[in-house]
Amino acid sequence: MSAQKDAWVSSLVFLLFSACSIPRSGSASLQQEPSPQHYFSGLEAGRASLAFFTPSVSPGAQPFLEQIESSAEALQDYGVSVVKVNCPKEDVSRYCDKENALRKAFLFRGNRLIREFPTDSLFDVNSIVANVLFALLFNEVKYVETLADLENIENVLKGKSNMVFAYVPATGTAEHRAVMEAAFVYGTIHQFVLTTEAALLKATSHDDPDVSSAWLLFCHCQRATEPAQPCRRTALAQPLTLLNIHRHLQLMGAPLVTEVAEDPEKISTVHLQLGLPLVFILSQKETYEADRRTAEFVAWQLLGKAGVALLSRDLVHLNVLHRSNVALKTPDEGMPIQYLVLEDTDEVITLVEDKNKVKQIQEDEQEEEEEDEDEKENNNQDIQDDQVVEAVSRVKKRELPMEQILVLTEENFHSSLSEAARTVVLFYASWEAVSLTVLRSYSEVAAHLKGTPGVLLSRVNCWDWPGLCSQENVTQFPSMRIYKEGQQSVTYGGMWGTEELSSFILLSQVSCPLKLATMDEAERYLRGEFPPELSSHHHTSLLGVFSTATSEAREAFEEAGNILSGQVRMGMYFEDDALALSQKYSVSPPALLLARSGGRGVEGIALSKHSVQDVVQMIRYELLDIFPEITVPNLPQYLQLGKPFLILFSAGDISQKESKEMLKLAKGRPQQAFVACWLNLKKTPVGHGILRTYFSTTPSLPVLLWVDLHAGGQVFKFPSEQSITEMNILSWLEKLQAGLEIPSSTLSEEDWKPPLPAYDFLQMMEPSVPELSPHPGDTLVQHPPKSPGGDTARGDTATREEPSQESRAEEVGSPGRDLRGTALRLAARDKQGKRHSEL
Amino acid sequence: LGLALYAGSLCTVSGATFLYHDYCIIGAGPAGLQAAYFLQQAGRDYIVFERSHAPGSFFALYPRHRKLISINKQYTGKSNSEFNLRHDWNSLLSHDRRLLFRHYSRDFFPNADTMVRYLEDFASLLKLRVQYNTAIIHVTLEKNEQAWNGHYFLLTDQDRKNYKCSSLLVAAGTWVPNVVNFPGSEYVEGYETVSINPEDFVGQTVLILGRGNSAFETAENILGVTNFIHMVSRSRVRLSWATHYVGDLRAINNGLLDTYQLKSLDGLLEGDLEDLAIVKDKKGKLHITLRFYLENRNISAGIDSITLPQDELDNFATRAPYDRVIRCLGWKFDFSIYNRSLRMMPGKGNIKKYPQIKPSYESRSTRGLFVLGTASHSVDFRKSAGGFIHGFRYTTRAVHRLLENRHHGVPWPSTVYPITQLTNSIIKRVNEASGLYQMFSVLADIILLRENATAFEYLEEYPIGVLAELEMQTGRKAHNGLFVIIMEYGRNFSGADKDVFYYNRAVGEAQHAWQSNFLHPVIYYYKRLPTEREMRLRHPDWPLPRPDAIHHIVEDFLTDWTAPNAHILPLRRFLENCLSTDLRNFFAESCFLFAFTHQKLPASCQQGYVRMQGLVGSRELWHHAVQAGLLQDYAHTDFSGDRPPDSHDESQEEFMRDHGIPVRPLQHLVNAKDE
Repeated sequence: MSAQKDAWVSSLVFLLFSACSIPRSGSASLQQEPSPQHYFSGLEAGRASLAFFTPSVSPGAQPFLEQIESSAEALQDYGVSVVKVNCPKEDVSRYCDKENALRKAFLFRGNRLIREFPTDSLFDVNSIVANVLFALLFNEVKYVETLADLENIENVLKGKSNMVFAYVPATGTAEHRAVMEAAFVYGTIHQFVLTTEAALLKATSHDDPDVSSAWLLFCHCQRATEPAQPCRRTALAQPLTLLNIHRHLQLMGAPLVTEVAEDPEKISTVHLQLGLPLVFILSQKETYEADRRTAEFVAWQLLGKAGVALLSRDLVHLNVLHRSNVALKTPDEGMPIQYLVLEDTDEVITLVEDKNKVKQIQEDEQEEEEEDEDEKENNNQDIQDDQVVEAVSRVKKRELPMEQILVLTEENFHSSLSEAARTVVLFYASWEAVSLTVLRSYSEVAAHLKGTPGVLLSRVNCWDWPGLCSQENVTQFPSMRIYKEGQQSVTYGGMWGTEELSSFILLSQVSCPLKLATMDEAERYLRGEFPPELSSHHHTSLLGVFSTATSEAREAFEEAGNILSGQVRMGMYFEDDALALSQKYSVSPPALLLARSGGRGVEGIALSKHSVQDVVQMIRYELLDIFPEITVPNLPQYLQLGKPFLILFSAGDISQKESKEMLKLAKGRPQQAFVACWLNLKKTPVGHGILRTYFSTTPSLPVLLWVDLHAGGQVFKFPSEQSITEMNILSWLEKLQAGLEIPSSTLSEEDWKPPLPAYDFLQMMEPSVPELSPHPGDTLVQHPPKSPGGDTARGDTATREEPSQESRAEEVGSPGRDLRGTALRLAARDKQGKRHSEL
Repeated sequence: LGLALYAGSLCTVSGATFLYHDYCIIGAGPAGLQAAYFLQQAGRDYIVFERSHAPGSFFALYPRHRKLISINKQYTGKSNSEFNLRHDWNSLLSHDRRLLFRHYSRDFFPNADTMVRYLEDFASLLKLRVQYNTAIIHVTLEKNEQAWNGHYFLLTDQDRKNYKCSSLLVAAGTWVPNVVNFPGSEYVEGYETVSINPEDFVGQTVLILGRGNSAFETAENILGVTNFIHMVSRSRVRLSWATHYVGDLRAINNGLLDTYQLKSLDGLLEGDLEDLAIVKDKKGKLHITLRFYLENRNISAGIDSITLPQDELDNFATRAPYDRVIRCLGWKFDFSIYNRSLRMMPGKGNIKKYPQIKPSYESRSTRGLFVLGTASHSVDFRKSAGGFIHGFRYTTRAVHRLLENRHHGVPWPSTVYPITQLTNSIIKRVNEASGLYQMFSVLADIILLRENATAFEYLEEYPIGVLAELEMQTGRKAHNGLFVIIMEYGRNFSGADKDVFYYNRAVGEAQHAWQSNFLHPVIYYYKRLPTEREMRLRHPDWPLPRPDAIHHIVEDFLTDWTAPNAHILPLRRFLENCLSTDLRNFFAESCFLFAFTHQKLPASCQQGYVRMQGLVGSRELWHHAVQAGLLQDYAHTDFSGDRPPDSHDESQEEFMRDHGIPVRPLQHLVNAKDE
């Protein structure tokens, strides 16, 4: 059956092709037979032929001949040959006599005469084809005259096969031909029934039908199991043409609901192939049965207009709104599938039926989706998106080990300060996330510094003791200070990390700068061995060397020490042999001796500046590395230089060779131009995030990048095929500066906007608190004259907000609309009325 | 200047000698002393005049039954002194912690004598300059172009001594008893003199005129010994727990409501006292009748000739004769001492007992004259606490700040913060500020935004009635928009006839915060300072004109608005959207990433990390942020190549692996806001 069907279909495709090309000259297919004898002798058994007999010369039959010639090709497609048989003058046999010749055409199957047609019934190609096929398909196409006949046939067919019922106003019409041609193809699949009785038309169609136009119904009798029930019928909405009938029958033959378990983008059904949309009902496991019924319901409604598929969301991952319950795929190429949230089945039908409306609904949908999005955002609004707050609130139940930290209050604050040489006080607010984060680091510091003599760690909760905090002039939380007896407190201004805090507290133990008394102390200081309190502290040591004469520079240095207290390890030497010390490092006083961590020797720098600020700045600058490893804590120091970064991303430590080359580069060329640095992805894994932002994937490492952080934000990648040498880099940089390189990426210029909207209380209040709106009288009478700008803005907001008020009211009014989380129950018919009344 | 002032402090005008001070304060009650304290702190030249020999003379007599109805809550479970003032209605503001009322009384409703003692201590410990036994009996103006306000105030005391001031602060309270005059009112005893000994009322039938706390307090005192007590007043009883106004009838005094509603002989009646008349019969009993029955009668003809209501209406409610009639009708401001030129006019309607003043507490007609304390209650009568110590201690401070700015060029105190502290500074204040809390809808904290909203200036407890004049009154600039933070009860929640115990009266969800009923913080956002016209045209029920945006922090059962998700998060979103910026906090690592991937940084990175004050956090916190999907863990997402064992990294990875961290892309953080 299926194979046969396929054969039918393919033949029909061919047929369609030829049907389209009917106007072509048909003369080629018109057979000419010299004589009846000749003709009859050539007839094949089972093959149909339409013959007409013509005397040699007969000018009056010309129009008919033209038509018959034209129909030859059409009929050929149905295996009917059209033969013009010449009647020799002498032949007066049955077909060639005056009665018949040119007045009748004869249809033969094999030798057997099936039908003879008066030539006036074969007035055109349509009538010829229609009548010939009608005659040939006598069994396939039943002609009925009464409703009873029709019902009889219908009853017989129930549960067996489907019926195609056609009304044509008259036989031999184009519609008749179309029906017959369709019957030729589908006659074995469906029972065709034809009538020309207007009474039958009236009985089968709903409205007052137009008896002058044809009408075709597909009766789904195969599915009909109830004998008492008439078969479901689907009328062909379009004019009766072969194409339309074919489409219709194709559609009727397609499964009612297609079950789909793959990406809807890839799905293609007969509907789409025939230029009809395909409606997906999105289903979920939980609601499958109901969705299936819904889909069938919709499918019946849409039969002949659109296909319906049931798409299981559980099997297919869809990147669409969870609330979406319907998708619409249109046959147009490249049109994306629309995912919609519809309220009931009527909307689906409207969506498909009213092409004009489709657009409108889509727009509405978009609005609604926007609304959904708002809603979605509203839902997200109460989800914490502050990483610090969220992290802190997730650990709030875990007690911090705070035994090492003294709790200070208004009562004991001053007495406690006098107890230890140095008291570190962390001012914080117990409800505040950043404070709590720092408090955690602080507790680690306390554990770390446990047993360090002379340092007392304490804390003040400003939420408990606001008076104390304001008295101490603490306006921001958290804030850490070191109180030393008899001295001004020092406020910490560095990173809130355990290491940095510990380092600050440790460094603050000794005075800054530390006065060194002997040459030996100075040397040991530079080696990091003195003072013993700082022996565990491996940071760059800075020694100011002054001859006693240079007191101005020394004062500036001492003042700078106060400012840099806790940040920098600073020593000072101004004994008589200061000159000797400095000359050891080939500088003369006043000078700075810099002993970098990691035993890289001592650098001597002449101290030429004498203002405190300059000295501070100089010290800060000198402390920066030439080719530093960039880390999270040290980046800000280099950012402040405001220069582009030449940064080598490395999977681990960089190789000796690369290090050497980069160092050469950093030292050699004008250092002012850029910051040469490297990043160890192992130590600073967030570097992966950087690379991924630049290249979407991590490129092969190491990778050298030029990142212009401050101007333009362009990122250039050093060609990976070149080796990282000073020369290569320099020439690359030159090209880069000349604009010959193409940036790999550009840093986002985006402003940091609010991540999510706020609750619009103003809008929410307006419907219920009308007094919030400007008094109408006031606005009308008094507002315009004064300060028009402000008042207009006010008026605008008022009008703009009106529709949203309504929508809000609606939302409040019908909580049942919120069906998020389950597929929308399309069958919930009652809602429709409600919705309309609301609108 | 000081010398010049002292030199000039004795001046002679038209023959009389005037003692000069910049500020004169009339009355050494709580408000007068409070004002004196601030002036003293600021080092101003001031003097307080007190007619009695000691401060707080009102409290020496009143309340007659000596029980203050202002609460003295000793324990709140918190040490926050500012917060605790929310529940201490008796203390005045000072830096001296000894001067907290809880050190004076352990009673929840303290004795009035304690208040007198407290005020004495306040004046003496703080060395306030009070001139006792000086009753100012006349105040007039002297025009002078040189004067601060174009005139001097000339004060005369009972000994005809004269004083001259540039600014006059009237903190005289309302001490003149309200009386009504009707036929027979001579039989009425006043609250100020009536016996407070219940023995004197044994077996008596008492009529009390008035329906305030003094009336109920009087009734409460004799409830157990009288036959019955009736109370008459024009308006219905207003219960403070329904009106949320502390001046209405407090639960502590409302025993009579019980006995009335339980039909235990006592009763309440409504009627206009002006229509009343009292006649005394031969036995000395007092009969209630109506004024119009007497109009054409000669009272001397005797009781029998007078028509009583029950003659016509034999079930007239107050037909039973009374043994005593007591008047408890409250007090009013003493308008008599002010010269006409000062035009100290009584307010209209229910605030006629108070002088007319502006929301800045300055007299409507006389510049430089400020009314403080109870007498200034017209600003928030029946709304907030401005007529009571726990309210006017703040409004007095506000007036002082206005004066400092006006006369001494000291702008309103303010603190400038970076914008990252915006949410925090609001949360801090709404949780502890007592001025905002007590003077709800009257005093407001103001946040003035600096250009580009990178910083802001925080002003505390400014009177919102003069919001439009903010720049002039405070000396601060409000060019870039402002937030106004006030506390509000829900609309339609307060009223004499309101059911304040209905179901679902409390709102719990942040998104419905605007429907909150109990006192909760409300933040108004204005892109520009409202104009005076806008202030005038605002809806009378609204403290402020329509803002550009508004935020309600949802009411909280504990009045603790520090919940990260319900309170702080919605507030941050509101502020972010007003400022159109991202106010989230970021760990240093996130800032590091942003620094390399964005040309602009969020405020938290800009003002923290970049200034080398990044929030490093701990591994545990990172882990939780990663779990929340708010931080990406790059440590082991993808790695080409091998990883040599590194103890630190390894342990971290293990730690994280053990906790099964889902690695989620942080679209919203990294590629921020592509939409």
